[in-house]
Amino acid sequence: MTNTLNIFRKEFRGYFISPIAYIVISIFLILTGWFFFSTFFLYGQAEMRGFFSLLPIIFSFIIPAITMKLFSEEFNTGSYELLLTLPVSSLNIILGKFLAAVAFAAIMLVPTFSYAVFISFLGDLDWGPVMGGYVGAVLLVASFSAIGLFASSITRNQIIAFITGMSLCFLLTLIDKILFFLPESALNFFQFLGADFHFRNISKGVIDSRDLLYFISVCFVMLYSTNLVIQEKT
Amino acid sequence: MILIENLTKYYGETCAVDQINFDIRKGEVLGLLGPNGAGKTTTMRMLTCYLVPTSGDIKVKDFSIKDNALEIKKLIGYLPESAPLYPDMIVYDYLRFIADVRELKKGSIDSRIKELAGICGIHEVMHKSINELSKGYKQRVGLAHAMMNDPEILVLDEPTSGLDPNQIVEIRDIIKKIGTEKTVILSTHILSEAEATCDRIVIINKGKIVAAGATDELKREAGSDYIIQVSLKHGNFEEVSSTLRSVPEVSDVILISDENEILDVHLACSGKKDVRPDIYQAIRNNDWILMEFHKESRTLETIFRELTKEG
Repeated sequence: MTNTLNIFRKEFRGYFISPIAYIVISIFLILTGWFFFSTFFLYGQAEMRGFFSLLPIIFSFIIPAITMKLFSEEFNTGSYELLLTLPVSSLNIILGKFLAAVAFAAIMLVPTFSYAVFISFLGDLDWGPVMGGYVGAVLLVASFSAIGLFASSITRNQIIAFITGMSLCFLLTLIDKILFFLPESALNFFQFLGADFHFRNISKGVIDSRDLLYFISVCFVMLYSTNLVIQEKT
Repeated sequence: MILIENLTKYYGETCAVDQINFDIRKGEVLGLLGPNGAGKTTTMRMLTCYLVPTSGDIKVKDFSIKDNALEIKKLIGYLPESAPLYPDMIVYDYLRFIADVRELKKGSIDSRIKELAGICGIHEVMHKSINELSKGYKQRVGLAHAMMNDPEILVLDEPTSGLDPNQIVEIRDIIKKIGTEKTVILSTHILSEAEATCDRIVIINKGKIVAAGATDELKREAGSDYIIQVSLKHGNFEEVSSTLRSVPEVSDVILISDENEILDVHLACSGKKDVRPDIYQAIRNNDWILMEFHKESRTLETIFRELTKEG
């Protein structure tokens, strides 16, 4: 447990040492800020729904950019050998890296809280959906981070890790929109597999155990797969 | 201390390490020699629990790498080849991270890092980022990393590769100093280094052990053939050759050079008897001036070449 924390701390600090963190945070804030506020005043409603509906798509490429280096870089520089010969288990490594990515993405979300404060001055903001939205956003970030971590564990090339992670995240986000031509019953099934559907439910302010379970399952499956990939490498 | 039993590792179809057995005693410096691709690094990686063997086992104290990998990792400090440290980290932060993972007591971390900085000579780079370091300094930081928790066993994969001669001597001295109380396993392809630092040597070729034993013993066993080098002034090769061949133990006389009236020859000798008095006598009976005369003891190099040559 202490070693999970040690690895978490190292990875988390690592984000802020390299310029990538600041670039990713800036891009995220510019994109969400622009897309959200460009239509916000047209609707004239004091709510954050527009902002949260952007998140699955934007996270689909921002989160893999955050996670792509986690394993790939270690494989590439060979530092993975040093890490693995320290008294840590693969569980320590995976959890430490995963939590670092989630924490970093959560920090990235913090400035957007000012949008909510700002809107609450403009009109009567309903805080329920806003809070639900942030809870959902963190769950979404966690699932996508797990996917990104998995993508990073299968290759030593960061670009491949990024593209693989992005494709998987986009698939989960858009699966119900891609399969619009299927009959209703089949579509409902695929919709249930999509991250977007569950995220929309939570960001309405309704925290349903089915949606929670969905995100937790995605995390679990992806982290477990990462573990399998890593065991296979030894 | 360490017992390696029938250790085998396959990478797909290729066999990197094939059924090797040896043991390492406490407080011993063991050298793992072999040509490139012989399986030295693979063996070390299995010992440090980075790779899982295809079959066989390694026991460190009472722990087996199959069941107690974590315990074994705590006992071993490992420096991989070319010290692949995290490039973006600052040396101090890196050592601090290692100290945390190695579970050093909070109060003793700073003093331990200082101590290691002294031993490894890295005081002046403590606040540099690792990717700015020269190879020698990186290697030293790697050594500090390996020694962080004062482990009972140190595994060093080519610890002196890429260092300048002064640094090599320094690192060797460090290894020798550690070797008096710790168990050290190092791999190298520099034979003089193995001779100078190791108590015992294991030579591996194509995944198999081809020779193992105490360094001196190995040199003694190497066979009874040796070479004597002689430099003579005013000698011509035909005369010298025929005269020296008359000594029974000399099997061949090889011309090395004949410049400025100085003749350099190598005498290939065999047999257990020391032939130097006979040769000297033979030379004295002629009108040659003896410039140089010495017996080249068979170094590990010759043994190594014989044992590991192709075919």
